[in-house]
Amino acid sequence: MSETDTRTTEETERARRPGRERGRDDGKFGRYGGQYVPEALMPAIEELTDAYERYVLDNEDGFMDEFRERLAEFGGRPTPLQRADRLSERYDTEVFLKREDLLHGGAHKLNNALGQVLLAKYMGKERIIAETGAGQHGTATAMAAAHLDMPCTIYMGERDINRQRPNVFRMKLNGSEVKPVTTGRGTLKEAISETMRDWAATVEDTHYVIGSIVGPHPFPVMVRDFQAVISEEARGQVVEKTGGLPTDVVACAGGGSNTMGAFADFVDDESVALHAVEAGGSTLEVDEEAGVAPNSASLYAGEEGVLHGARTKLLQDSDGQIMESHSVSSGLDYAGVGPELAYLVDEGRVRPVAVDDDAALEGFHRLSSTEGIIPALETAHAFGFLEDHHEELGERVVVNVSGRGDKDLDAAIEETDQRDVANAPDMSMFTGGI
Amino acid sequence: MADTGNSAAIAEAFADGPAYVPYLVVGDPDYESSKAYVEALDRGGADVIELGLPFSEPIAEGSTIQEALVRSLDAGMTPDRFFAFAAELDVEAPLVCMTYYNLIYQYGDSEARSASNASGEAASTGPRPFVERAAAAGIEGLVVPDLPAEEADPLREACDEFGLDLVFIVAPTTRADRLDRLMDRVSGYVYVQARLGTTGARDDVSDQTTESLDRLREYDVPKAVGFGISTGDHAERIVAGGADGIIVGSALVDTVAEGVAEDLSTDEVADRLEALSRELKDGAVRGHRSRTDTVESA
Repeated sequence: MSETDTRTTEETERARRPGRERGRDDGKFGRYGGQYVPEALMPAIEELTDAYERYVLDNEDGFMDEFRERLAEFGGRPTPLQRADRLSERYDTEVFLKREDLLHGGAHKLNNALGQVLLAKYMGKERIIAETGAGQHGTATAMAAAHLDMPCTIYMGERDINRQRPNVFRMKLNGSEVKPVTTGRGTLKEAISETMRDWAATVEDTHYVIGSIVGPHPFPVMVRDFQAVISEEARGQVVEKTGGLPTDVVACAGGGSNTMGAFADFVDDESVALHAVEAGGSTLEVDEEAGVAPNSASLYAGEEGVLHGARTKLLQDSDGQIMESHSVSSGLDYAGVGPELAYLVDEGRVRPVAVDDDAALEGFHRLSSTEGIIPALETAHAFGFLEDHHEELGERVVVNVSGRGDKDLDAAIEETDQRDVANAPDMSMFTGGI
Repeated sequence: MADTGNSAAIAEAFADGPAYVPYLVVGDPDYESSKAYVEALDRGGADVIELGLPFSEPIAEGSTIQEALVRSLDAGMTPDRFFAFAAELDVEAPLVCMTYYNLIYQYGDSEARSASNASGEAASTGPRPFVERAAAAGIEGLVVPDLPAEEADPLREACDEFGLDLVFIVAPTTRADRLDRLMDRVSGYVYVQARLGTTGARDDVSDQTTESLDRLREYDVPKAVGFGISTGDHAERIVAGGADGIIVGSALVDTVAEGVAEDLSTDEVADRLEALSRELKDGAVRGHRSRTDTVESA
């Protein structure tokens, strides 16, 4: 048997890890999931399901081998699991950081984007489209598309474009076209709708790289499988470093891709508590009249419904109209969440927690000043959780540092200036146009 | 199903000659004008009228209809106002509601829902309350563009219970095995999507239309072609090509949008809608006649 054949067998085994069986057969997680899409997209989704099963699950043509190799060489995997000394001391527990911020591009998003763009190539597609909220998925997709020589169009809400200009430049630098979405409030959910419209017209030669574990089957399982490399590595690393499993795994949750990636291989370890930290925004109260939920806590506060191709938990009004969500971090600003997380929350396996904007900003400054890591504002929610809930946690905590905060500096300075954040430096000289 | 749908009125609309099936967004740009516009469609020869109930995330619509949905939502449209609207309409043509599944799924007593949430039971009462209310408002059919056949059984059952038809969309990309699945569940008529993409008026008549009609020939259910039909000539060609009806949305919604942009009176817009309807209906009738002539001369 050649070396390739041996590797192929290993990859197939790995892809079939027991913790990742949920949803693979029929796209259902209990009563969540499914394929609620226009008929014109159904054949594309069936084609994608077939490709997912062949290339990802069965490693046909060595797809998973090539994916792993590119993740290592282009992406820089494996990312380290680092002990956070100051936080460990502060909370009197061992805190480990899974450093996805060190992945190429500065966020976990590349795991999925590279996987899907490569899959599109194996499927013979000629064009990539994607939506983006904070711009992290957009930049990851643009990088992957450039790396694999595929033309790429990214849809981004106009409001997000204004909040995330550096990411817009990065996408353009990588050769992608960035199309502003002006409908609604111009954030992630409008960008997803717009990308689905493009796909409905171009489905024959185009692949839609969805950025999270949301959307119709097979996206939630496929994106989870590409992101599961996070927990696969982290599980091995923590056991190697400490000789045992963690007591707790913490990850922020918007759509839920870094969350499910960080949880996937721990779900079957019943002793490990899983905490999904959502954006509590300014308040968990909703303004039903205005159709606004000033938070993005769909696991914590949402109700079952159907959005963007899946049945899941949503922020919606009593008629079923989708609410405008809010978060200080545009990457968490989404009214829905992955159906697998909705299911795991109902099953009691994942604990949803909401952390508000203020606590997230404090977490942002704390990690920056004490550990020398500037986290994305999304990630900062996980550190807000740590501060408020550390007494409920066990002796060994893994926090997924889903992304770095360089993209958020303007927003962080501005938001900090509007508040009295205890541990923040005085940045007033940089705001208000000097 | 197939040959006999639940609604006798919809069956009748397709029974003699081609059916003209116009679509407008209810409440666009406001409740009262919208009522005048829908009634104008009826005067212009509508055989079935599709009424759009706006959803905040209309993933199957192009920009024309999306903007209309936003205008309607901004003017305060809700499912309950939609039902009141349908019940108040003074029209001959049977009414079909086009909307997205979340609104159907969520409809019902929200207090009962939160109570059932607390007790850990299923969070939604399912599609039945919506269909019951729609039937009471005089709606005779539903089109739900984001509900595939695989997920449609609860809605199909509710439609059968309350005598509504459930219309499915067939796309140019729909494969044979899916076609069977859709045709097992469709009633009233099948909405043949003329080409890929979202809704919106176009000048061409796609080859994809002819191919789709050919593939559907063996199924005994009326075939109404939609997506991109904007003139009497289009209508004529599509019916001549074998369609049993034409569905027109964006061209009519465009007329409403022009009225908003140019600040036209409700009467003026209604007159334009009626005139465009006559043109489309006449085109469809011409197309049907040419088909009959061909058959007779052959």
